Parts: sequence; structure tokens; C-alpha cells
Amino acid sequence: MSNQVVDARGLSCPQPVILSRDAVKKMGSGGTVEVLVDAATSRDNVRRAAENQGCTVDVQDEGDGFRVTIKK
Amino acid sequence: MGVFAPLLQKWGNPGNMGVCVACFGRDIAGALGLHRAAVVQYLRPEIMGFVFGSLIAAYAFKEFKPRVGSAPIVRFVLGFFAMVGALVFLGCPWRALLRLAGGDLNAVLGLLGLAAGIGIGVVFLRMGYSLERSRRTYTAVGWILPVIMLVLLVLRVTEFSFTADGPIFFSAEGPGSMYAPLAISLAVGMGIGFLAQRTRFCTMGAIRDLMLMRDPHLFWGVLSFAGAALVMNLLLGQFKLGFEGQPVAHTNYLWNFGGMVLAGLAFALAGGCPGRQVFLSGEGDCDAAVFVIGMIIGAAFAHNFGLASSPTGLGPWGPAAVIVGLIVCVVFGLTMRQTTD
Repeated sequence: MSNQVVDARGLSCPQPVILSRDAVKKMGSGGTVEVLVDAATSRDNVRRAAENQGCTVDVQDEGDGFRVTIKK
Repeated sequence: MGVFAPLLQKWGNPGNMGVCVACFGRDIAGALGLHRAAVVQYLRPEIMGFVFGSLIAAYAFKEFKPRVGSAPIVRFVLGFFAMVGALVFLGCPWRALLRLAGGDLNAVLGLLGLAAGIGIGVVFLRMGYSLERSRRTYTAVGWILPVIMLVLLVLRVTEFSFTADGPIFFSAEGPGSMYAPLAISLAVGMGIGFLAQRTRFCTMGAIRDLMLMRDPHLFWGVLSFAGAALVMNLLLGQFKLGFEGQPVAHTNYLWNFGGMVLAGLAFALAGGCPGRQVFLSGEGDCDAAVFVIGMIIGAAFAHNFGLASSPTGLGPWGPAAVIVGLIVCVVFGLTMRQTTD
């Protein structure tokens, strides 16, 4: 089980998704990956990719960006 | 978009060119006198509409985020060569789809080239290719490209002439002389810009996401665009199947393919097809705006230096320019990598 934070703020598509997918692949069962993004497009892409990987996803709006929490 | 593109053609735009970001960027470059190919000079209101529509949607949904600083000069060069590749083929990915939906089989080569170019880009992305982070900037910076588009619209509306014989130039014949009424072009452009900002429509992203993640989300959007255009063309009697005699197209298989390999690779390295770059410019992405300006300058060079194709065939330096562009893109892909973040 691991908890990891991926800071993808300011990165353009598809890098936030590549980074979050890689982190999810390394994450064990019960682990968490938190992905920080600053664009709604990245938020949606990261969420969709994580859901396709069979994870549950929670999104928090933090004003100038989003925190996408991915759990397996 | 698939419905309105053939309609724009019906209302006056050139054949299989209801909307084309590459062709329209080239026409704008010509109207400004940046190149002197007299048949392709017109300030296309659709491009301005794309930016305004995206800007309005971004503000309406609180997604206008001015940002800048992710390797602007690289994006300029990518925009430049993306345009060179697209003008060797004669169309952006949208027009490749519209040409196919109009029965132009040369577009198959272009689309295969596009997919091949994006495939090379995906390899670089997997190897850690990155243009690094952008950062937030002032709101006024995000408004620079929209204001430039507003100025261009004013010049189009007033048909202003800076000297006795122009610019602004308006083609008297050829594709540049064919256009839908101003208000319709602008309104359709704004509608497309608004919707595309909401849906993140991107032809490059559609193919890239399929290859990279087996994610068909964007691909369904692209398929429906092409399908709707095909149905509209059949209804309007604009469908003509074959390779020969297609509107604003040539039949050189190799360089229809090669031109779009370059364009596809440049789009993949820049993170979006030309349309997507225009929409991103409207929501405050100033790096995308630099790509757009790179495309317009690329179009000017393409016509001034004999790189662009025409319906009669390739420009004398088109293939050489594609090879140079591919080398540049490969160097970018290999040298701009982050192995750890």
C-alpha cells in the first residue's frame, strides 16, 4: 500500500494522464494517488483514465486547480 | 461541425473546405500580404469565430485560465512545420476528414500519414518527452490573441486597404475568392468554438489517446464529425468518389502521406491539432497562441519559398521541407525529455 502525490500542474495533455497512469500502475491495492492539475481538461482526462483502470476517483476544487484522489 | 462544414461549402466556401484551420490560416497570411499567392488571400472569419466562441465558453464555465511559458519558441517552430506539412498535403486533419467525407480518396493517404506521425509522437511521449510546465499569467496576456483576432475581424468587415493596392488583399479568383457570407462564417465559427471548448474536440488527441491509452472518448467525436459530414455531402450532392479531379487536392500519394506524417508529429509534440490549438488560445493558453502564430508564419513561408502544394502538384521544395521538418521534430522529441519529474 502506498500514497503518492503527482504534481501535474502546468503540464499539457497528455502528460498529466501519463504520469497518473504510471503512478496508479505502481500503486498497490488499498493505495492512493493524489494528482494535482490546474486545468479542467486534465482533471477530466485523469479521472477518465483512472476509472478505466478500475479505480475510484474523488475530485476536489481547490480554487486555482484540482486535486484528483485515485484509490484502488 | 460535421453538419455545418458541408453547409459552409454550400454557402460559398471552397470544395471540401467548409472548415480547415491550415487553409484558413494560409488565407489569412495571404490577406495580410505575408505571402503573395493571389488565389489564397482572405481574412477567414471562421478562425476568429473559433477563438471568440472558445473565449465565451471558457468565461461562461469559469475555465478561462491565462497561462504561458511552456517552451513558446518550440511551439512556434512546431506550428511552423505543422503548417508546412499540412500545406504539402493541402489540409489540416479536419479537412482530411472532410475531403474523405466528400469522396476524395487522396485523403486516405493523408489520414494514414497523420496517424503515423502521431504514432511517432506517442513513442516520444512514452520516452518522457515534455515541453515542461506553463504557469499562470496576467489576464491581459490571455487576451492578446483574441484581441488580434478582433483586429483582423475589423479589417475584414471594413475591407481596409493600407496602401493603394493593398493589403488587405482579397483574392479575385481561386479558393481565396470563395467564401460564405461574413455573418454566417463568423456565427458558425463561434458556435464550433463554443462547443469544441466544451467537448475538448481534438483530432490528434483522438488518435493519440487510442494509441496511448486505448481510450476512444475523443475518437467517437471525430467519427461522428466525419459521419455527419458524409451524410450532409450525400444530401447536398457534394460527394464525388475518386482520386482524380478532387477540389483543391493533388494526387501525389507519397507526399500526401509524408506531409501529414510531419503535421501529425508536430501536432503530437505540441499537444493538439490546429483546431485545438486555436480553441486553447481562446481559453487563455498563450503557448497555443504562439503555435497558431507559428502556423500563420509557416503558411507565409510555405507559399513564398515554394513549399506548398497546389491542385497541379507539389511545390518544388515541398518534399525537402517535409524532410527538414521531420528531422527538427525528431531532434525535439529526443532532446526534450524528462526521465524523472
